[in-house]
Amino acid sequence: MNAAMPLLRLEGVHKRYGEVEVLRGVDLDVAEGDVVCLIGASGCGKSTLLKCSNLIEPISAGRIMLEGEEITSEQTDPDRVRRHIGIVFQAFNLFPHMNVISNVTLAPRRVLGMPQQAAEERARELLARFGLAEKEREYPDRLSGGQQQRAAIARALAMQPRLLLLDEVTSALDPELVGEVLTVIRELAETGMTMVIATHEMGFARQIADRVCFLYEGAILEQGPPEAIFGSPKHERTKGFLRRIVEAGRAADLEARA
Amino acid sequence: MSGIGFGTPIEPQGTAGAGALDTARRGSRRRNALISAISTVVFFAVVVGVIAASPGANKFLDSFFSSSGFEDSFEPIVEGFWLNVKLMLVAEAFVLMLGLLVAVIRSLPGPVLAPLRLVALIYTDVFRAVPLILVIFMVGLGLPALRLDFISDRTVFTYGVISLVLVYSAYVAEVYRAGIESVHPSQNAGARSLGLTQWQSMRFVILPQAIRRVIPPLLNDFIGLQKDTALVGLLGLVEVARAAENYAAETFNFTGYTMAALLFIAITVPLARTTDWLIDRDRRRMAATTA
Repeated sequence: MNAAMPLLRLEGVHKRYGEVEVLRGVDLDVAEGDVVCLIGASGCGKSTLLKCSNLIEPISAGRIMLEGEEITSEQTDPDRVRRHIGIVFQAFNLFPHMNVISNVTLAPRRVLGMPQQAAEERARELLARFGLAEKEREYPDRLSGGQQQRAAIARALAMQPRLLLLDEVTSALDPELVGEVLTVIRELAETGMTMVIATHEMGFARQIADRVCFLYEGAILEQGPPEAIFGSPKHERTKGFLRRIVEAGRAADLEARA
Repeated sequence: MSGIGFGTPIEPQGTAGAGALDTARRGSRRRNALISAISTVVFFAVVVGVIAASPGANKFLDSFFSSSGFEDSFEPIVEGFWLNVKLMLVAEAFVLMLGLLVAVIRSLPGPVLAPLRLVALIYTDVFRAVPLILVIFMVGLGLPALRLDFISDRTVFTYGVISLVLVYSAYVAEVYRAGIESVHPSQNAGARSLGLTQWQSMRFVILPQAIRRVIPPLLNDFIGLQKDTALVGLLGLVEVARAAENYAAETFNFTGYTMAALLFIAITVPLARTTDWLIDRDRRRMAATTA
């Protein structure tokens, strides 16, 4: 693949919901194998950016390219594009009427036309990798939040996407379950999976990201390697955001100790 | 206090909590059953007493509850009722399909389907508004008058089924639609994000959840449908109500109507109980998952 051509490229992406402009001209390049973390306060547009990249939300202006091909043009079939871009949601969005393995095999079978047996083999590999081998016949409501989220990641990966988007995947979890999900994502990063991760876990972002983007009011205000963003942020807003996170973390620690 | 679970603290979490809740509910259900049984007996004793004490009591019992009437009317009434059962089963099969089709059309987005959505909307509005009795006359007398080969030369049974299907599918479509809308949009987002088309998302993700949720109201409409099969007698089909009428005209005895009523009760009650049981089960399941 041409090194100059990013896997995902956003050019001047705008997103409006009626009067409210959630994204105000986002430019972003994600190279193959990159792990990009999006940080910023709630409502800064992180989730919207991911949903637009996956074409769940139509953009208002700008364009998005996947491997150099514009996917936001009228001619592209969004269903085809979504096969190559997996997304994992904050609330898992597992299908409650199906057991875990059916959740994972549904799309490979129905979208890619894989035979059931082949789809199940692939699903079992993924589930085993994520520590869910014993749970393939369970229904989602019988699993813990962490298990559900790992199953959701397995479901997204079963389509063998070129790119995985993770939308605050640990925000809905009890604190003691966050670790197991982050471990899975770390392992994915090691296998070279290209990922864009919206997260509130700063320590995690620092460890895993090749690049960190700070979003403020719908635009990327500052981006760079994690050491630069966390170590010596240039922008006042970035400094302010990180300071508040650290303070909140301390407050939470104190509370936990009290 | 004799109730098993009354006053037992209900634990908020886990299966243990659901179990305690269950026992509590079963205990109070048993007590409630006893209370309602007693009040039912009292109530019917009063009703029977009033009827028995009325000046025309003997005449009334003779007309509606004569034992020879039950015997004599049994055969024609049951024969008529068999027609109602057939009407009901055939119509319900079509209602479940047509209703689902209309609901899905109304629920699918996209500009291409706009005209279909409009047709579906008009259909549900019109056929929920027009009384079944009028639809039966329009279909049963109107379609033959059209003198179209494929539709004007059918049996009364067919016209009856068509009328019932037209009216009940409109109701059932709305029931299905309520179920479809009760499935959270994040389910559709989850399905679409995996590359499923809107139709596949509907078929594999939304409908299976939606239909499960609306089974109780669907059964409820089914009960309504089976009663309304008696209206098809207006077209001259000798179904149960018509058979009872014929019997009354021949013998000047109304026991045939009582007989017909008992037959309807005999098949409606099990259905109604099943519906309640399903609703109850869903409620318990919901309580178990939110706990």
